[in-house]
Amino acid sequence: MNPFSYVAAKEPGSAIAALAANEGGGTACMIAGGTNLIDLMKQGVMHPTRLVDINALPMAAIEPMVDGGLRLGALARNSETAYHPDVRQSYPLVSAAILSGASPQLRNMASNGGNVLQRTRCQYFYDVAVACNKREPGSGCPAIGGLNRYHAILGASPGCIAVHPSDFCVALAALDATVVVQSAGEERRVAFADVHRLPGDRPHMDTTIASDELIVAIELPANSARFANHSAYIKIRDRASYAFALVSVAAGLDIGDDGRIESARVALGGVAHKPWRIEAAEELLQREMPNDEAYERCAARLLEGAVGQGQNDFKISMALRAIVRALQTAAAGTRIDTANPGRPDLAARE
Amino acid sequence: MTQLDDTLVPPQAAPGTGEIPLGQPASRIDGPAKVTGTAQFAAEHGAPDLCVGVIVNATIAKGRITSIDATATLAVAGALGVISHLNRPHVRSWRLFYKDMIAPGGKPFRPLHDDRIAFSGQPVALVVAETFEAARYAASLLDVRYEREPHETKLAANRDCAHTPSRFKAGYAPPPDEKGDAKRAFADASVKVDVSFDTHIEHHHPMEPFATTVIRSSDGHLTIYDKTQSSQNSRWYVSRVFGLSRSRVTVRNPFVGGAFGAALRPQYQLPLAVMAALQLERSVRVAMTREQMVTIGHRPATIQHVRLAATETGQLLSIQHDAVAETSQHEDYVENVVNWSGQLYGCENIKLGYELVSLDHYSPIEMRAPGGAQGVFALEVAMDELSYELQKDPLALRLQNYAEVDPISGLPYSSKELRACYAQGAEKFGWSRRPQAPRSMRDRHEWTGWGMATGIWDALQMFARAKAELRADGQLVVSSAATDIGTGTYTVMTQIAADTFGLPLERVTFHMGDSTLPTAPVQGGSSHVATVGSAIAGACEKLQKALHTLAGKNDKAFKSASFESVEFAEGTIRLRSQPATSWSLADLLAASKESSVSVKYLLLPNVLKQRKFSRAAHSAVFCEVKVDELLGTVRVTRVVSAIAAGQIMNPKAATSQITGGVVWGISQALFEETQCDHRLGRFMTRSLADYHVASNRDTPDIDVIFVDEDDRIVSQLGAKGVGEIGLVGVAAAVCNAIYHATGKRVRQLPMTPDIVMAD
Repeated sequence: MNPFSYVAAKEPGSAIAALAANEGGGTACMIAGGTNLIDLMKQGVMHPTRLVDINALPMAAIEPMVDGGLRLGALARNSETAYHPDVRQSYPLVSAAILSGASPQLRNMASNGGNVLQRTRCQYFYDVAVACNKREPGSGCPAIGGLNRYHAILGASPGCIAVHPSDFCVALAALDATVVVQSAGEERRVAFADVHRLPGDRPHMDTTIASDELIVAIELPANSARFANHSAYIKIRDRASYAFALVSVAAGLDIGDDGRIESARVALGGVAHKPWRIEAAEELLQREMPNDEAYERCAARLLEGAVGQGQNDFKISMALRAIVRALQTAAAGTRIDTANPGRPDLAARE
Repeated sequence: MTQLDDTLVPPQAAPGTGEIPLGQPASRIDGPAKVTGTAQFAAEHGAPDLCVGVIVNATIAKGRITSIDATATLAVAGALGVISHLNRPHVRSWRLFYKDMIAPGGKPFRPLHDDRIAFSGQPVALVVAETFEAARYAASLLDVRYEREPHETKLAANRDCAHTPSRFKAGYAPPPDEKGDAKRAFADASVKVDVSFDTHIEHHHPMEPFATTVIRSSDGHLTIYDKTQSSQNSRWYVSRVFGLSRSRVTVRNPFVGGAFGAALRPQYQLPLAVMAALQLERSVRVAMTREQMVTIGHRPATIQHVRLAATETGQLLSIQHDAVAETSQHEDYVENVVNWSGQLYGCENIKLGYELVSLDHYSPIEMRAPGGAQGVFALEVAMDELSYELQKDPLALRLQNYAEVDPISGLPYSSKELRACYAQGAEKFGWSRRPQAPRSMRDRHEWTGWGMATGIWDALQMFARAKAELRADGQLVVSSAATDIGTGTYTVMTQIAADTFGLPLERVTFHMGDSTLPTAPVQGGSSHVATVGSAIAGACEKLQKALHTLAGKNDKAFKSASFESVEFAEGTIRLRSQPATSWSLADLLAASKESSVSVKYLLLPNVLKQRKFSRAAHSAVFCEVKVDELLGTVRVTRVVSAIAAGQIMNPKAATSQITGGVVWGISQALFEETQCDHRLGRFMTRSLADYHVASNRDTPDIDVIFVDEDDRIVSQLGAKGVGEIGLVGVAAAVCNAIYHATGKRVRQLPMTPDIVMAD
């Protein structure tokens, strides 16, 4: 870890100014919960010369919006968000996704904005002794042809096959969230689908948010509350807690009075450089009575073009099955738990 | 001792704890110190002149260092120096001096010795600075250049290069010679199983990473706090490598935050810290990072081949078990992988084989139930497969082939209550209600399966010395250079000493974790209670004889009484026939004008007697799993582990040991693996986020049963060890339960969702 300076920002304007003013050619990073950045600094993956502490900024509230949606402050902690009554009531998919990630200790520290900006857990990215295009552009991607059990089956490039590790973001993608971003000049609003990038030939860029921009809030639209009664987050992982997804699925169904699916949302985690969503796949479910054949068609469309990298070939069939399971579970009605497949007995423990 | 050497204050039972006889549960006397943070571990000791070293590791798997540029490193404020093969202080070069007490055959690794790189992560330099932060930053700037050479890290691909290993290692026995004609019996039989297994590399990852603090006093004496399972092994190693006499080096390990075998041998942070202390003439601390914990020893991967044959009624006719394991290029690390297959079941034809492949890794090292964890897994899964071939209950098959005497040697067992383990474990689990066919129990998306397996571990006893001293205030002080890696040594040894005198636990002080104390063996192999515990019991009895003699000098009533006619209870020596005729021990010393009475005792195992018996602890493990076969997820929902390990000294500590072993077995079965990128020859599973062990949520209800057993041949206390036996057999029971649930047989570890998932 390199020496760095530290400033605690009092209001958003000074935070943005401190992020932009690079002394001596160094880089500045904001820090909130620090649950990812500090690891990356210890490992020598990131070496900011200035840390801008944003924890004192007034961005921790979770509050209803005038149009009926819910605004999640960027500094609200993941655990506060997951257990917030409005989130549980109207967006239980968000609760379930958050609670299936990390550990209670990490969720107590991790901020909502930081969760969106967290970096991949690819083992090559974390080991500075080896090449990685994301860490060192142009150096190569040893995950290709190497250890890639956790890696992408969709949207990868010859330069990077890493996946975005968040669970929270998978639910946000499914529910059409908007990220509110503030920079020196203005405030802008980014549709969730446009926040994370595919790696292409610039895998070092995770998102479309610049390093001197500040995530202020994440907004959940009123319209997405219609999935509250029929949603499920299924996460398949190597152990029952504190493990990243091999495959995860956020599914929400709006089921009409006639029992037909009015609208569907399905997003995948653990399979791409960003939460994976295809609207055309969701449309295949519209006006269908809930049934496995329709789910399978949706799953097949979502996974169109999926390619294994060797160790992760299994993810394609695992994802197909997980999508079907998530839609079945959602159709059966939302359960407030971590939506861990096969562990209904543990719902009460969380 | 010099002025910088603070005296170790061992944890002691709290006032009011009272008498807790052997066999009764006692809470850990070191518990309060550990949970309140007052227990100091190796990296937590300090000195006014302390500086800090950070280790730099090789990024290539094989080759040589071509240059080391320390310009930027030394420019960091607070940087004190860079120690590498180019400038290290004098060390001895003869490899024999690097052999620690339990080194296997071969040529031990010599840290910072020359420019050769033998494995990825090999230490190449120590960067020392005034603070940890400065040292870490300076280390990140060290520019080390290498010349790469081709490396080999794949076991399967190099199987043809396997060799018969050197047999020179404490605790290792090469596979016995063939009994009968196993191949022929196999060929002639009608019911057979012929299966192969892969087990992968695991790392110990104790909570406390490896660390050494060297405190240098003004006269040059080194007091070294080291993370080790033997202070005396580390002391021996430092003395020999650096040519420092025993009087110049003291090694201490009063608290060890888990080790599981990883600290049986000195790890490289120890010599690096000593080099810095000698070169800079200062006190030095060196601690490893979690990532560096994969650059030390590991549980070796194995490829195993098991062939079983039986009569149509289920009588075993032939057992063949061959294993190939990996080792380093410089040493033959050996462990007993296949021998268990010649110990568990009665059979006339047994053939066992064990070979090694040398790869460009660091030497493997013992990891909890070394060899047994992999070997018994293969045997017990194969036995399960045989039971389905025979359409026979897996437990009934084992009972049918129960070995009444050691199958290879024909020796009787010193004790073997395995039948009671089977019976009591099965009863507790409800095994009799098990449907025989796989895929018989289903609940929504999940199949339920019940599996079982047998476990076995050698019951060892080594030699040890102990000292027992009665002080004027009536305090009993016992000592031996033993180690407590979290297993309960402080507590159990205190209990053993207190029990002999009928004293409350708080009247006993047990000193350990210091190389200057009476000789104890390296803490491993489930032998500490049988060895050090017996030595302490022996020392206490010898002390009682001395006190009896002393009482005789003061009191005619005792002079005429034989030792057998007196007893020690309630802090007194008294006549059994007339308890009123008694001396309090403190009064006895005062009357004798003695400030203390002390004795030393040497425990030598009764080898002549022991060798006439086969000696082992046994277990029966029963397990329930629920498998979501479409998604591949497995949860273990119930485990019953029934253990026969002789007399249990402290059922609370022993239950913890077995419970921990079962949790580890579940982890071994489902989660644990260090993956190597063979193109880089480098372990890439380097953090506890990537290296999965069971979380609380993966841990089911675990029932531990200790069946009645007493074994005065293994130890004077009647005890065997409980350190390893809890782990052995668990992975097989999980695997067998997965088969019973789904009908899918997995023959590799770990059994992750992608492996278990139905096609």
